[in-house]
Amino acid sequence: MPNRGETLKLSETAPRAVITVIAMSGILVMAFILYFLTKEGIPILKDASITQLAAGRLWYPVSSPPLFGMMSLIGGSLAVTLTSSVLAIPLGVALALFLTEICPKRISGFFKITLEILGFLPSVVLGFIGMVVIAPYLQIKLELLSGLNLMNASMLLGVMILPTVATLSEESLHAVPQSQRDASYALGATRCETMFNVVLPGAARGIAQAAILGVMRAMGETMVVLMASGGAALLPESAFDPVRPLTSAIAAEMGETSVGSAHYHALFFMGFILLLITLSLNVLVIKIESRGEVK
Amino acid sequence: MSKEKLVIESLSLTYSKGAPLALKEVALGIEENSLMAFIGPSGCGKSTFLRCLNRMNDFVRGVEITGRVLLDGRDIYAPDVDVTQLRRRVGMVFQRPNPFPFSIRENVAYGPKLLGERDKGRLGEIVERSLRNSGLWEEVKDRLNAQASSLSGGQQQRLCIARAIAVEPEVLLMDEPTSALDPMATARIEELARELKKYYTVVIVTHNMQQAARVSDHTAFFLMGELVEHGPTTKIFTTPRDKRTEDYITGRFG
Repeated sequence: MPNRGETLKLSETAPRAVITVIAMSGILVMAFILYFLTKEGIPILKDASITQLAAGRLWYPVSSPPLFGMMSLIGGSLAVTLTSSVLAIPLGVALALFLTEICPKRISGFFKITLEILGFLPSVVLGFIGMVVIAPYLQIKLELLSGLNLMNASMLLGVMILPTVATLSEESLHAVPQSQRDASYALGATRCETMFNVVLPGAARGIAQAAILGVMRAMGETMVVLMASGGAALLPESAFDPVRPLTSAIAAEMGETSVGSAHYHALFFMGFILLLITLSLNVLVIKIESRGEVK
Repeated sequence: MSKEKLVIESLSLTYSKGAPLALKEVALGIEENSLMAFIGPSGCGKSTFLRCLNRMNDFVRGVEITGRVLLDGRDIYAPDVDVTQLRRRVGMVFQRPNPFPFSIRENVAYGPKLLGERDKGRLGEIVERSLRNSGLWEEVKDRLNAQASSLSGGQQQRLCIARAIAVEPEVLLMDEPTSALDPMATARIEELARELKKYYTVVIVTHNMQQAARVSDHTAFFLMGELVEHGPTTKIFTTPRDKRTEDYITGRFG
């Protein structure tokens, strides 16, 4: 091997260096966010123990003495995420199946564009619809105290994650080779049998990833839940109770707290919790991906 | 002369209205428990014709077929025919091995399960018999739960044959089954095809004339959508009647 240090020209080394610097700065930003969240979040442990934070139901950060029980907020986050996922994931997968397997090509193009537009919808617009359209409707129809509740926020979140789930599922269904469908038909399978016995299992891994990405989006979404979930820091007992997910608590309270106070650290700690949850979901996605490659 | 399993009467096919015919008035009889080869240059319509025999062309948009295909004397294009029933009687093996992303066992059991077979014991028997008959049993008997994709290309193609014969079809259509395989794997498939004709009526499409000469009892030569000539393989390859057949088999074109 020749001595590369002498033979390499600047025109070859320069692009490499530039790309390396750009890539590293991306990683650096990520590391910095993690560091900052940890640094600002951990000090809350001086004022409250982990068990008090995780198992305490009472979130009264400005009373004296302040109570930092996050269980109701974590429960709120889990409740909206779960409800919206239950609403949107089956619908998204069914929509993807319809688009790839049933609907004629010309019409499916129109549907796909509509889905994309739905994905671009600003969340504040959705939240607004939740406040002025869905909330009054729920309030009158179901005779509730307030229409801003878990169900309202979950329906809106469902609309938000539907395009993610449907588009990604559609891609993985589309990736099932035509030759496998042909093999199934040639054995006397009907369209429906082929769809459920060959196409769906073949795309299962991609659909699982699509679902997890949808869950992650629902978990991290802020504006919709801030506007439509009702904002009460209570563990919901029914789908029509108001909730206060972690994200909306951070968004609503961060502006009103003094930097460096226990409340401030508690809010950062909640951000840290959110990051841990989405990070572990991300690891799950990578796990599913790599399980497919080893074979 | 033995019984004709399939009789095709003046079959024409076009891929869209007004377009030139992809198949022109093809008429042909295929004997039961024999092996017939379709040969011809690419684009001559031999694969299209094969796919007419189990109605796989039904999926192609705009395709129009006229004429009759009689299976045991009954037209498979008659309006009252159940296409899924037909495809169980007329199985198919494709150009490239296309196993499902399941285990070896599940691939073979797919067809019987569609037919409603749920009994584990009987499914096991079917899997073993089909794999034995496709010559794959000895190689895979200890790893039936392994993914089908872990097999070599030639093994995958034999697995596809096992999958096709697991539903005990009467006719087996093979669409250039060795075009993606190496010579050793090809030889095994050819040997298998000769074996299978004892139980099934086998039709094999090939662009390889030597293959047709090696394995088939009868040969049909297609050119530009036309069935130029058909007859016993030895006759087609030694004393063809048509000048075009002679030109093709002597390698003047193709």
